[in-house]
Amino acid sequence: MADATIDLAPPAPIRSAGFWRNVGGRLRRDRTAMAAAFVLLLILLAAIFAPLIAPMDPLEGRLVNRLKPIGTEGHLLGTDELGRDMLSRLIWGGRLSLLMGVTPVVMAFVIGSAIGIVAGYAGGWTNTLIMRTIDVFYAFPSVLLAVALSGALGAGLGNALFSLTVVFIPPIARVAESVTTRLRSSDFIEAARASGAGALTIVRVHVLGNVLGPIFVYATSLIAVSMILASGLSFLGLGVRPPNPEWGLMLNTLRTAIYVQPWVAALPGVMIFMVSISFNLLADGLRSAMEVRQ
Amino acid sequence: MLAYTIRRIILTLPVLLGVSVVCFALVHISPGDPLISILPADASVDLQERLRVLYGFDRSYAEQFLLWLSRAMQGDLGTSIATGRSVTTEVMRAVGNTLMLASVATVIGFVLGSLFGFVAGYFANSPVDKAASAAAVFGVSVPHYWLGMVLVIIFSAQLGWLPAAGAGPGGSGQWRLDLEHLSYMILPAITMSVIPMGIIARTVRALVSEILAQEFVIGLRARGLSEWGVFLHVVKNAAPTALAVMGIQLGYLLGGSILIETVFSWPGTGMLLNSAIFQRDLPLLQGTILVLALFFVVLNLIVDVMQSALDPRIKR
Repeated sequence: MADATIDLAPPAPIRSAGFWRNVGGRLRRDRTAMAAAFVLLLILLAAIFAPLIAPMDPLEGRLVNRLKPIGTEGHLLGTDELGRDMLSRLIWGGRLSLLMGVTPVVMAFVIGSAIGIVAGYAGGWTNTLIMRTIDVFYAFPSVLLAVALSGALGAGLGNALFSLTVVFIPPIARVAESVTTRLRSSDFIEAARASGAGALTIVRVHVLGNVLGPIFVYATSLIAVSMILASGLSFLGLGVRPPNPEWGLMLNTLRTAIYVQPWVAALPGVMIFMVSISFNLLADGLRSAMEVRQ
Repeated sequence: MLAYTIRRIILTLPVLLGVSVVCFALVHISPGDPLISILPADASVDLQERLRVLYGFDRSYAEQFLLWLSRAMQGDLGTSIATGRSVTTEVMRAVGNTLMLASVATVIGFVLGSLFGFVAGYFANSPVDKAASAAAVFGVSVPHYWLGMVLVIIFSAQLGWLPAAGAGPGGSGQWRLDLEHLSYMILPAITMSVIPMGIIARTVRALVSEILAQEFVIGLRARGLSEWGVFLHVVKNAAPTALAVMGIQLGYLLGGSILIETVFSWPGTGMLLNSAIFQRDLPLLQGTILVLALFFVVLNLIVDVMQSALDPRIKR
């Protein structure tokens, strides 16, 4: 008897589980989004199992074999300027390229949402202070900010990841802040507060579930931008260092070969493009499946 | 109108201060002694100390910042370490080339983007809409530096129709308005226009289909207005937002031109940044970024004010 009255645990969030199942169902019927997800999965699997799939060592090449065309015997996609097998390098390159494209958005997702929720939930001066600081970073076009930071910090994978994270925190924080601010004055949050729930509980139980959805969709489309930017940094020589295979860097080193083997030189860009467009299409599908409007 | 403009300018001041703090900090987050690139390798401790005092590196960050800021406000952004020339001169020479390229690209992107957007919005969910939307997704997804390479491969390497690099014949550093110089601009401008094209197409499509669904359009049609007349109403309603997006895109292109300028060896701010980074020329890096960010902030300000002039409802 006593047990039943003391049990004040919040009810299990039945509705939210149903919501995500609905979204999943709608997404599965979206052919374009599913095709995009399939392409991404394929590229991801190829990158993970690169040692098993890649026909050759991505770092070893023979100069006598340099710049062979696509379709050469033993080198299906030709060879690069140092005679390394292009197919193997493209497969291995997926590891660093995907890592560089996805990691900044994931980190910015965590940090940016936290900043945005705090600003939105606290309101008042805290909000003004945080959001005006965020505005400063909005005064730099994203490419410029990424190049400025990694240019000042110096070339390298870590610095590039850091710069890109800084670039993506402000937009995510803004979305999180606007959603949280809207939620804060809604009736069910009022009700939770009136029934004695602390700020942390309200954020954890009521705010997070409502905020993370829109940000998740937004972040998916940001990965498309991040892929282009991250490879762009490598293309400028600010990201991954040679001889490591990374699509942007490969594009850079093959640039001198466009008069000799133009189509081999263009291959790494095809990979960046495919990943980027797939993330955009997947984000579009997610958005319409969740009926979230930007 | 004037009150709004003034309020908007005042709101910009703290952002400008923040921007200068970030630019100032760039030199200080850079690893290593900032003096290292100007000091001879065998410099004595005494010389090092004297230079440190001369450049003000012995003072507190706050003092250094104020000194730097007051100089920057007078147009003195320091001296380039690599060339020994004033940073302001270097940046101003390059910024014209970038502005030229970015403006042409924005106009191309705006015309094509609006065209696609209008067609897609008018015939929503038709095959035409699908094609235009596909073009828009292409525009926002394609790595533009790669697209530039592909265009060079096709039109320079294979067909030999257009020059692949530079701003003019014989490595001419300054852009002039003549046919020869124009041919150098075609490829980089088209490459650059793809990004705003995609974004403007998406925006305009959403705007047009939203406006067409509104009741006043039904009202106009009910009163027997020709389809052309309705179209003009749609244009008038879509224009403020579309123009605002265009202005902001111009700012993005100005700041984001580094990749395209690197591909095409276009002698603008992007090339300047590129060489500043690889020669560890920090004053030049700092100055270029400050100028580009200022352009972006001012452009945003102009866009906001213009938008409120076109559409008085926006004034908050």
